[in-house]
Amino acid sequence: MSEAAASAHADHGAHEPAGFWSHYVFSTDHKMIGRQFLFLGLFMLIIGGILAMLIRWQLAWPETEVPGLGWVPEPTMYEGIIPPSTYNMLFTMHATIMIFFVVMPIMVGGFGNFLIPIMIGAKDMAFPLLNMLSFWVGAVAGVLMIASFFVVGGAASGGWTSYTPLTGAAVYTGVNWGINLWVLSLFVLAFSSLMGSINYITTLINMRAPGMTYFRLPLSIWSLFITAILLLLALPVLTAALGMLFFDRVFATNFFLPAGGMPLLWQHLFWFFGHPEVYILVLPAMGVTSDVLSVFSRKPIFGYRAMAYSMIALAFLSWIVWGHHMFVSGMNPLLGTAFMLTTMVIAVPSAIKTFNWLGTLWGGSIRFTVPLLFAIGFVSNFVIGGLSGIFMASTPVDIFIHDTYFIVAHFHYVVAGIIFAMFAAIYFWFPKMFGRMTSHTWGVVHFIGTYVFFNLTFFPMHFLGVGGHMRRIYNPMQYEYLEQFGDMNVFITISAFCLGLSQIPFVVNFIWSLFAGEKAPENPWEANTLEWSAPSPPPHGNFATQPQVYRGPYEYSVPGVEEDWLPQDRPLGAAAATGH
Amino acid sequence: MAREATAGILREDVAEAVSPVSAFGEGPPPPSRPEPVISNARLGLMMFIGAEVMFFAGLIGAFLVLRLSSEVWPPVGQPRLPVWITGFNTLVLLASGVAMHRAWLAAAAREQVRLSGWLLVTAVLGAVFLTIQGYEWVRLIGFGLTMRSGLYGSTFYALIGLHGLHVLGALVWVGVVWRLARRGRYAAGRTVGVETCKMYWLFVVALWPVLYGLVYLY
Ligand code: HEM
Ligand SMILES: [Cu+2]
Repeated sequence: MSEAAASAHADHGAHEPAGFWSHYVFSTDHKMIGRQFLFLGLFMLIIGGILAMLIRWQLAWPETEVPGLGWVPEPTMYEGIIPPSTYNMLFTMHATIMIFFVVMPIMVGGFGNFLIPIMIGAKDMAFPLLNMLSFWVGAVAGVLMIASFFVVGGAASGGWTSYTPLTGAAVYTGVNWGINLWVLSLFVLAFSSLMGSINYITTLINMRAPGMTYFRLPLSIWSLFITAILLLLALPVLTAALGMLFFDRVFATNFFLPAGGMPLLWQHLFWFFGHPEVYILVLPAMGVTSDVLSVFSRKPIFGYRAMAYSMIALAFLSWIVWGHHMFVSGMNPLLGTAFMLTTMVIAVPSAIKTFNWLGTLWGGSIRFTVPLLFAIGFVSNFVIGGLSGIFMASTPVDIFIHDTYFIVAHFHYVVAGIIFAMFAAIYFWFPKMFGRMTSHTWGVVHFIGTYVFFNLTFFPMHFLGVGGHMRRIYNPMQYEYLEQFGDMNVFITISAFCLGLSQIPFVVNFIWSLFAGEKAPENPWEANTLEWSAPSPPPHGNFATQPQVYRGPYEYSVPGVEEDWLPQDRPLGAAAATGH
Repeated sequence: MAREATAGILREDVAEAVSPVSAFGEGPPPPSRPEPVISNARLGLMMFIGAEVMFFAGLIGAFLVLRLSSEVWPPVGQPRLPVWITGFNTLVLLASGVAMHRAWLAAAAREQVRLSGWLLVTAVLGAVFLTIQGYEWVRLIGFGLTMRSGLYGSTFYALIGLHGLHVLGALVWVGVVWRLARRGRYAAGRTVGVETCKMYWLFVVALWPVLYGLVYLY
């Protein structure tokens, strides 16, 4: 990819940093930083995935030897058998890694960095140096998180929600430095996202190309914009809570401990951050999906402004619904009802988005590319996850299904469903990021395997949950009334393994295409947005000349235009003579 | 550096104003990008301050919840906080805010001597504030009020301590700007460095009365 970049450097020589270290490691180029975040996230995805497989093994065949893990020393495993303490560690670290080190780095860090400047027609971020720092601070957070596996007592085991008093003092979990490092890691990560979000917002406000008004921004950029605002305002609340938790653990203060403090306070602070956080995770996925659906339906997105406004509505609502995670914490029923109502309202903008996605596909000249398949996969999962959310939002129902596998099913349909949008984004922008095409056939194989086994894995969990199967439970077979679910658990586990195996075509396709894929043209998908006017991959500085924007991003199949796409920066009519 | 390059290209065609354009279809020929209303540095700092506000909002929210759910406050047998001396200290910090504002006016008027003079006054007042705070802390610890002596101590040290840390950071920043001012960095009229420093200083100054009111008086 560097040859293509080198040729375009002629007129950008001044910005091009020389040498391996400044080009690949301490790069200030938003595209390189985006790729770094992508690779960080994909690496963590492997770790998070392996942890998930171990969880599933224990649930299907409790307290049996995990094949090939007999060498793991005690007390982490006993001759390959997972003890309860390790089980707690597995689900805690699985969730933490997936949320903070996979979805956030890839969707926000990776695509946020790669796409924002280039899709708005800027040469780079507003603060390139801060951008580099943001990645490396994030990488330090990742190292701290991974390091916590290797300290005495093992990694954190109090759940990704880290409820107090369980995590308020080392005696309750038996994990001391594991949880301390968990807290520190997220604390450090908060600085990384702070730097990132400041950069994104400043760039988006100040560096848009001439003609790129807010309502000509592609929806993926809108979504990243809103996400950055949520990150900016939500993460500091987590930081404050983490600080107090750390004091409780290390300096024996009592913020969240029953002796004088208030354990429930943690839940409020955590979910005040936590619900905006789930929108931080899902909004970029929604934005990417909107772009991909429009490109491959060869139709303008249905209801562009409604899409933007509904994302804004989601962002606002996300601040006033946190109590729906606490319905069974003993809160005043009146307050519970208030939270129930605000939560139900979320269904409205969510439904608007869903209908608009379907409206975009409706009557389109659909091109069944791999990104499109994954985007449709995201929509279909989001529908299921959104519907189960409404069940849980009504307090009378949630009292029964809270903390059961129904919740696990719900948030995997929404949060793990984001992985579909992530794959859509990777397949869609791979040609731009790396200058080569990926294999269509293997992409389709990857999609079918992932889609089928994802649903076979997570759909049955609804039944487990309604049947009373608790989440975060070490050995369901210890409960007589859960014995009937033994077979279903085996089925889920086998599906989960197949889901894991379905990722092999992706890994092979990704690596093979990186080195030997067909060279990508500038605009392989015949898309409108600005990044497709830059070379693949774009050089440092992105554009040879400052692009001018004439129209919105979704002008597909415009009557009177010869091709069925019309790039944002192509002048029409009189201006065309002087233009491209 | 990339930023400057971009700005350079665009500054040439600032003349045309942005005209309203529809989201779809053909708009009029693209307006050129105007100079940003708020420069990158100011905007970035404003957002940083926004994040800081949320950080302290989290802490203050926690403080209020804990404070309201305690029956007696301050708990029996705990030392009282030094209201009067800290009240005086509040005035010191507010005065430093005024000094900072004067410094900014001097910078805008390109009066270098007055600029560095007022920056020095700001820094000295800030340092006085921190010294008095530190002295009071030592006394309180002597009276037995520590992080571990219940919520009263922990919330006090967490809120007041974190504010102190922010003042310290801001003080270092003022010191740097003061040195730069003495070397004539702002003589040419590019004063955004002074302005961002002023914004942050005023943030830590403005935060203090809120904390004083909540922690000491309420
Ligand atoms: C229609 C929209 C949605 C509604 C009404 C909804 C509702 C809920 C409710 C009521 C809970 C708490 C259930 C309980 O713990 O008893 C919950 C949990 C959860 N939701 Fe949603 N949700 C929606 C969308 C989403 C989205 C878009 C995401 C993520 C991108 C998400 C992620 C999660 C996660 C991660 C949890 C579990 C948290 C935990 O306890 O570990 N939800 N949801
Ligand atoms: Cu929520």
